[in-house]
Amino acid sequence: MTTQALAVSPRRRRRLAGPYLLIAPAVVLIAAFIAYPVGTVVYYSFFQYSASKPWATRFIGLENYRVMLFEDPKFWETLGITAAWVVAEVSLQLVFGLALALILNRAFRGRGLARALMFAPWAISGVLATQIWLLIYNPSTGIADVLTQLGAQSQFAPLASAAGAFWGAVLAEVWRGIPFFAILILADMQSIPREMYEAADVDGANRFQQFAFITLPYLRDAIIITTLLRAVWEFNNVDLIYTLTGGGPAGATTTLPLYVVEEAVGSRNFGYGSALTIAGFLILLVFSILYLQFGRASRREAKA
Amino acid sequence: MTITTRRRTPSDFSLGRESTASRAVSLWIPLGLFLTFTLLPFYWMIVYAFREEGGTLPLPFPFTFEHLETVWNDLNFSTYFANSTLVAVSTLVFTVVLSLLAGYAMSRYDFKGKAPFMLVLLATQFIPGAMLLIPLFIIFRQFELIDSLVALVIADTVFQLPLCAILMANFMRNIPIELEEAAWIDGCGRVRGFLAVVLPLLRPAIVAVGSFAFIGAWNNFLFALMFINSNDRFTLPVGLNSTIGEYSADYGALAAGGIVAAIPVVIVFAIVQRFLVQGVSAGAVKG
Repeated sequence: MTTQALAVSPRRRRRLAGPYLLIAPAVVLIAAFIAYPVGTVVYYSFFQYSASKPWATRFIGLENYRVMLFEDPKFWETLGITAAWVVAEVSLQLVFGLALALILNRAFRGRGLARALMFAPWAISGVLATQIWLLIYNPSTGIADVLTQLGAQSQFAPLASAAGAFWGAVLAEVWRGIPFFAILILADMQSIPREMYEAADVDGANRFQQFAFITLPYLRDAIIITTLLRAVWEFNNVDLIYTLTGGGPAGATTTLPLYVVEEAVGSRNFGYGSALTIAGFLILLVFSILYLQFGRASRREAKA
Repeated sequence: MTITTRRRTPSDFSLGRESTASRAVSLWIPLGLFLTFTLLPFYWMIVYAFREEGGTLPLPFPFTFEHLETVWNDLNFSTYFANSTLVAVSTLVFTVVLSLLAGYAMSRYDFKGKAPFMLVLLATQFIPGAMLLIPLFIIFRQFELIDSLVALVIADTVFQLPLCAILMANFMRNIPIELEEAAWIDGCGRVRGFLAVVLPLLRPAIVAVGSFAFIGAWNNFLFALMFINSNDRFTLPVGLNSTIGEYSADYGALAAGGIVAAIPVVIVFAIVQRFLVQGVSAGAVKG
């Protein structure tokens, strides 16, 4: 397709305006509603700016950042919770998503239907996942109720404790996130040449060896990119936590973006919220660069 | 123990002969566990949504539509549903049209700035909605679009567009340019050639892109939470969230509200799920 594009390009050069007119709407929208807002977040982060006290708006330089780093223990707490959340989500989703992809990559009767059913949680919104899992976690409708009916006295109410709320949210999000990994890994698995497995079969490699020495190395790049995308996505993902635990109990599940949402939606403290946004943004940027470097280094090592 | 021989298919890498027992351990048992974990929560919601108050069986029996009627009529879910539909369908239309335009430019032209443009499209995926809540709120307030569904359509379209445009361009590259050239020789202009020849072939692409945009807009919670204030303009996720807060003891209503929010997405998902695995290579599946 590249050669085609090159072969006909001289005629196209005459109509220079064409492609620019076609991408103009997308460019304008992205410039106005993504690029410009990113710029304004930086700008507002240097201001004392609260929507509830607009008259007190003034430039304060790096004051928001000083407060954030040195006087706001909540910033550091939310950062720790965010790290735990991202690590738990990405690792669990990866392990189970990989397992699911291995299963769905095999030939069996009803595979099409199984795939459709297994991927269904992918389409579910965070709020709907909350509503579904609330029924399961609620002592009078969920697991506790079933146990009671079976005769066991149970006080299972996961959302009441700090650890329970955290792992309750993790489980609900893992349920929703496994299909994402399974879909991406499955797409990549289907590009592995079958001859590799045939050769391994001839050499007498068992299935585990085939997985460890053929499948995993082939999936390496896909896994690096997928885990990075997912880490960024889960870092920012607030729908489920916001609706399931509301960041509680007592802030035990408040991640950094959720803190931003609280500042934006709740206290309308736009200046400080913008500074928190920039902090999150820089952390993600540095993390992404380091992660990709690490991925590249490990690939070199594997080749050497 | 019987030995089974199966037809070898390209996607099945477990070659050779495999006993029924080993197939049970390596395939059917894990498959069953995964299916249970995936489907049980849905089933739980269905049971509570359609079981009469006070029922104790783990079945939707005695069966009732009462909860559904309650949320639809008394809890304003008919309004939320209409708002969500309006926002999601508008987003779908704008996203598909703009992706067709941008996708055509990216797949059929070489132009200066094409590579940076595509890079920007990809880079937007690292910029999360939550981080843009505050500046977007300020922008929409300047345009007096706060508490208007228009703000949601704009924000949803902007966030769905980049990946949909890339996906559309990838689909279009697979349509031979010769087909269009034949139409031009027959006297069609670019526009007519596109409409007559390319557009019909793009039907699967339009279905896939439209479905992704629809699901994304239908599920969006944060923008609606931030930009919409009055109950009559709530979309389903915000309506569902406020129901979780106010009617947390009415489990039948909660579950029925979930059913209302789930049905359109499940239908669209059924249409689009066969495109999922191939759409992934274009980076179309995010969350």
